[in-house]
Amino acid sequence: MIDLKNVTKTYDMGAVEVKALRGVTLHVDEGEFLSIIGPSGSGKSTLMNIIGCLDLPTSGEYYLDGKEISTYDEKQLAKIRNQKIGFVFQKFNLLPKLSALENVELPLIYRGMSYKDRMRKSIETLERVGLGDRMSHKPTELSGGQQQRVAIARALAGNPPVLLADEPTGNLDSKSGQDVLALIQELSREGKTIVLITHNAEISKEAKRTVAIIDGQLVDNG
Amino acid sequence: MNIRNIIKMAFQSFLSNKLRTFLTMLGIIIGVFAVVVLISIGQGATKGVTESISSMGANIINVNVFDRKQVMKLKDMDKLASLQGVKSVTPVYSVSTTVKYDLEKARVAINGGNENYMKINNYEIDAGRVITPVDVDYRNRVAIIGRTTADKLFDAENPLDKEISVDGIKYTVVGILKEKESNLMGDSNDTVIVPVTSLMRQYNLTQINSIVLQANSAEESALAKENVQGYLLDRFGNKDSFMVLSQDEMLSILKEVTGMLTIMLGGIAGISLLVGGIGIMNIMLVTVTERTREIGIRKAIGAGRGNILVQFLIESSVMSGVGGLIGVVLGILTSYLITGAMGIRYVTGIPVILGALIFSLFVGIFFGLYPANKASKFKPVDALRYE
Repeated sequence: MIDLKNVTKTYDMGAVEVKALRGVTLHVDEGEFLSIIGPSGSGKSTLMNIIGCLDLPTSGEYYLDGKEISTYDEKQLAKIRNQKIGFVFQKFNLLPKLSALENVELPLIYRGMSYKDRMRKSIETLERVGLGDRMSHKPTELSGGQQQRVAIARALAGNPPVLLADEPTGNLDSKSGQDVLALIQELSREGKTIVLITHNAEISKEAKRTVAIIDGQLVDNG
Repeated sequence: MNIRNIIKMAFQSFLSNKLRTFLTMLGIIIGVFAVVVLISIGQGATKGVTESISSMGANIINVNVFDRKQVMKLKDMDKLASLQGVKSVTPVYSVSTTVKYDLEKARVAINGGNENYMKINNYEIDAGRVITPVDVDYRNRVAIIGRTTADKLFDAENPLDKEISVDGIKYTVVGILKEKESNLMGDSNDTVIVPVTSLMRQYNLTQINSIVLQANSAEESALAKENVQGYLLDRFGNKDSFMVLSQDEMLSILKEVTGMLTIMLGGIAGISLLVGGIGIMNIMLVTVTERTREIGIRKAIGAGRGNILVQFLIESSVMSGVGGLIGVVLGILTSYLITGAMGIRYVTGIPVILGALIFSLFVGIFFGLYPANKASKFKPVDALRYE
């Protein structure tokens, strides 16, 4: 499903070049639950951005679902993000002016789905994450755990094959964090490919496989 | 992503920034308002002036004499009248003064002319008689008054054969004019017509500066004008001493002047619309920066550059479009009131209204283009990190 071959990412900071990724090779099978663990500054966010097609590698190859995407242009990348990837962020990243339902609907709007289909799909997904009774609430009217579940619903609405979660429990209390992790486990059991990024070793144990990233290189790849 | 959704989103964003949106719109509202009001009034005035010139009577030629040393006398009138193509001639004098009857007073324009004056100016008699050549020859103190003047001075009394006092000199009312449609030049029914000779004697005038002629027909108008010019050139020796203008020429000059005025006023108003557009651009730039994170989120979940560009373009053009609509409504109301107060006809300038609306929409798109393009170019990674 995800295949990175010797991927590097270099940031040009004017005087100095920062090598965030130094030749990362990683394979994730379809339906696998992988966690990437690393301290801050290790390059895990860069790796997540590249896997999530938010950024392109400086060199190396990236195959997503069998397609080499490192040569894609912005328009194609936007389409990939829309159809193949579901993001869950540490800071939820919901649009504050939109209701839970409208937030979940958004990726489907960009996909060009009809109003009727969007509604059916969004409501179904919100019910799936247990927020069927909170659909018209704004994010500020929801608790952190509920907001993150809206974000997960948004990531799932378009039924993408890959779910990318970047510190999904980082801004939650332990109870809500547990709920969110349980939800992710459930999705994994249903066959979704999941990449979980965290700095917390406890949380990384949720995954079936863990790789660590230190100084832009993967270790423990096994 | 369909337009209805984006427009809905634009309104949501406006509602959360009510004051800012209103102030930004104000630039467009004032601009469009100014365009609509100024052009409506300009067009109304043009129409009014055109109508009042047309109502003067057919195939009119105006002569004005500027020479201070050589002057036109009454005997020149006969010579002008005998020129080929000329049907009739009247000297014209106009004095604005107070007219009294009994205890009633009114300020009116006293117009002196000869027996042709009424016909040339399209006046008809309602009761009594017209001014005759005898009145002119003998400087009879007789007057023909308009309906408005009659109402002011006489109320219900019959004005015929009553004596009115013009600056202390008594004139006998011998006729009343049929009512005529008013125009921009003033109330045509508030007038007193007297023999020009009587007026000249009363005010010690010896020279004639203003003459109105009527040509035999539209076809002969040019011929008559040429002959009059020839006669006057002979009489004065240079062509700077007088000016001969036919009705068509007056119309075209006035049309040109008011047309230019309309364009100028419209231009000034257009500039304020442009300034409003710069306001939109300014606020859109602020909005785009403020919403960097939102743009990042949208891009992360699949919005392409085009989606973001269209979203912000629609936002700016909805803002200017709504502003334009408000401006047009206020403009129509105001110009309706102003033209009413000025006594000119309100001209519904559909092209002006449509033009103002389209232009304001265009302003929104044009000035929204740069901010929207800037927003669409944000890198999702950087935009997501923005606090």
